[in-house]
Amino acid sequence: MIGQDLLGIEDLEREQIELILETAEGMQEIASRDVKKVPTLRGRTVVNLFFEPSTRTQTSFEIAGKRLAADVVNFSASSSSLSKSESLLDTAKTLDAMDPDVVIVRHRVAGVPRKIADVLDAPVINAGDGAHEHPSQALLDMLTVYQQKGRIEGLSVAIVGDIAHSRVARSNIYGFTKLGAEVRVAGPPTLLPPGVDELGVKSYTSLREALDGVDVVMALRIQTERLTGALIPSVREYSATFGLDRAKLRFARPDAIVMHPGPVNRGVELSHELTDDRPSVILDQVRNGVALRMALLYLIAGRSASRGKEQASG
Amino acid sequence: MDRVLIRGGRILDPSQGRDEEADLLIEDGKVAAVGAGLSAADAEVIDASGKWVAPAFVDLHAHFRAPGQEYKEDLASGGRSAVAGGFSAVCCMANTDPVNDDPSVTQYILDRAEKESPARVFPVAAATRGLQGEVMTEMAALKEAGAVAFSDDGAAIMDSSVMRRVLEYSKLVDAPVVVHAEDRSLRADGVMNEGVMSTRLGLPGNPVEAEELHVARDVRLARLTGARLHVGHVSAGGSVDLIREAKEEGLSVTAEVTPHHLSLTDEATSGYDTNTKMSPPLRTRKDVETLRKALVEGVIDCIATDHAPHAEYEKAVEFAAAPNGILGLETAFSIVSDLVRTGEMTPLQLMERMSTAPARIFGLDAGSLKEGKSADVVILDPEATWTYEPAEGFSKSRNSPWSGQNLTGVVEATFVKGRLVYQAGRGVVIQ
Repeated sequence: MIGQDLLGIEDLEREQIELILETAEGMQEIASRDVKKVPTLRGRTVVNLFFEPSTRTQTSFEIAGKRLAADVVNFSASSSSLSKSESLLDTAKTLDAMDPDVVIVRHRVAGVPRKIADVLDAPVINAGDGAHEHPSQALLDMLTVYQQKGRIEGLSVAIVGDIAHSRVARSNIYGFTKLGAEVRVAGPPTLLPPGVDELGVKSYTSLREALDGVDVVMALRIQTERLTGALIPSVREYSATFGLDRAKLRFARPDAIVMHPGPVNRGVELSHELTDDRPSVILDQVRNGVALRMALLYLIAGRSASRGKEQASG
Repeated sequence: MDRVLIRGGRILDPSQGRDEEADLLIEDGKVAAVGAGLSAADAEVIDASGKWVAPAFVDLHAHFRAPGQEYKEDLASGGRSAVAGGFSAVCCMANTDPVNDDPSVTQYILDRAEKESPARVFPVAAATRGLQGEVMTEMAALKEAGAVAFSDDGAAIMDSSVMRRVLEYSKLVDAPVVVHAEDRSLRADGVMNEGVMSTRLGLPGNPVEAEELHVARDVRLARLTGARLHVGHVSAGGSVDLIREAKEEGLSVTAEVTPHHLSLTDEATSGYDTNTKMSPPLRTRKDVETLRKALVEGVIDCIATDHAPHAEYEKAVEFAAAPNGILGLETAFSIVSDLVRTGEMTPLQLMERMSTAPARIFGLDAGSLKEGKSADVVILDPEATWTYEPAEGFSKSRNSPWSGQNLTGVVEATFVKGRLVYQAGRGVVIQ
């Protein structure tokens, strides 16, 4: 059983990650049916509470909820002004009063899902908070790697790009190391966060060294408008040094796969051909995202007839 | 006139190096006598056996929020909080609304304090107008109105030339300039200490070098100008070496450290508790150890609270958006008396860092139990325990990382100008 809330991979045990991945594999069959719906969560309410727009993640959770027959409500709250954010917890409490069974939270500031989970009766799933964690993304990445490679233990995974500002990087660092993979991170020194080696990874500023012999290459999205000038001199230079194409991919193992959490800046993080063709598994990641999120909703919202944290904790 | 006899306590008077069991007689608001076997007809007798009797504490760094932000704190609630923490004198920072950059504001604070605060209040005036770091304030007029020091505090003066002139001009009034040492351009959007914790939490970091750069700059400007520089709330271990060097060189440099920087690390932020967010931020275990050692050695001269009240709703927001600061007055003694319990400091040394030393730095007539001095006295039980509940305390705000915790070290009673203003169990006796 996994915990009440899912706020980050850092909090999970290896066995819990494995349970989620196994459950997600079981969910994949549903997508191949004519009627892609099972009654598992009928009568349950899933709320997407997104303070930051994210079409992909929100849609993925929405489809996952609907395939399990849950009622899915999208609640887009504005967080345009930090100074007005005193209403954050009010928004959460208002929502809680409508008795949802699970609340999925996305916010551009680290720690907000935790804060909301502290005041909500309903369980909370973190759908990405600032540069902190994005657990469902990392879990779908692990599922994808597992299905492509047949294992995770003993693999080498290189995460390339803006590690400093990436919640995807952090969640994947925790997840893959817990499952016994070797994790490397690579990027310009200005995009490697302080003390990252203490998270159990090795950091590189040479792409060639980072990719040497790895089984998985995961490129991260670069926020060009925010980083250019301040943290990287130009997109052109980034692309030349850390953008992946077939030539640079030759540093990795011949059977290495290429991943990206999307959306891709084509020609920046990945060349066009690596975006579209094998060994890219980007669309497998998206597909697995639905099954993985079905598993999370099932494990968190569907496990008990009684709702509410107090009841759940006895 | 009222006479009070505090009997049988352990007298700790750093101003005379005195540490002995004795009685203390208060008469006409002043210390009348300290010695064994004192007696006084019709004096109120307070039994202090087993307790410490010391000069009441002096806080060089607090935010009483008045005028302008009385929903957080005012001179009445701040003063009550002070005496409940054993402080008889508090120096309040200038970031009020309006800013204390004009003698009329200084005068207003003193007038309200006189009416409302059981603690003595000494305003720190702004060093530049509107805390803008551009035009220096009328220091002579502000001092005349009652300002005891000058500081832009959190709005650290970035322009080194302005800082130089502020220090230079402050010699006219012979008052210390207090700095919140932080290169704000290097801090950038940092909201906690930069390190593995900020990486784990995904929060923007503020490196220790942002503080060290400004300590280095300001120490050199103190050399250039010969002014009195007081470094506020030192948080980085690396700042200590710079301060030590300045002192060895004979510069007029002093420094303070807060109870939270002596006790907590950035690991306290792991749950995104906004009551662990302050500026400068909590640092690492190594910094804490360096600061404690520096306080013991006297490189850091004194303890100051940086008492910074904020309303609950202001702190109940995203960590990155929450205002900086925590309450400090009522918990200070409990937190720092740990230095005595661990054997790092003697009780006399600790009392010096909390009363005599800060009074000396700002030139306040406080921090002494010499005969004839104002009877600002605190009685302490260093062994007793209590549970701190901010809601039951005296501040208007509740933003404390120690909320609900069992603490050791209790303030039994506080006297200001010979009057019992606080007594444990009875609360604030005189407004």
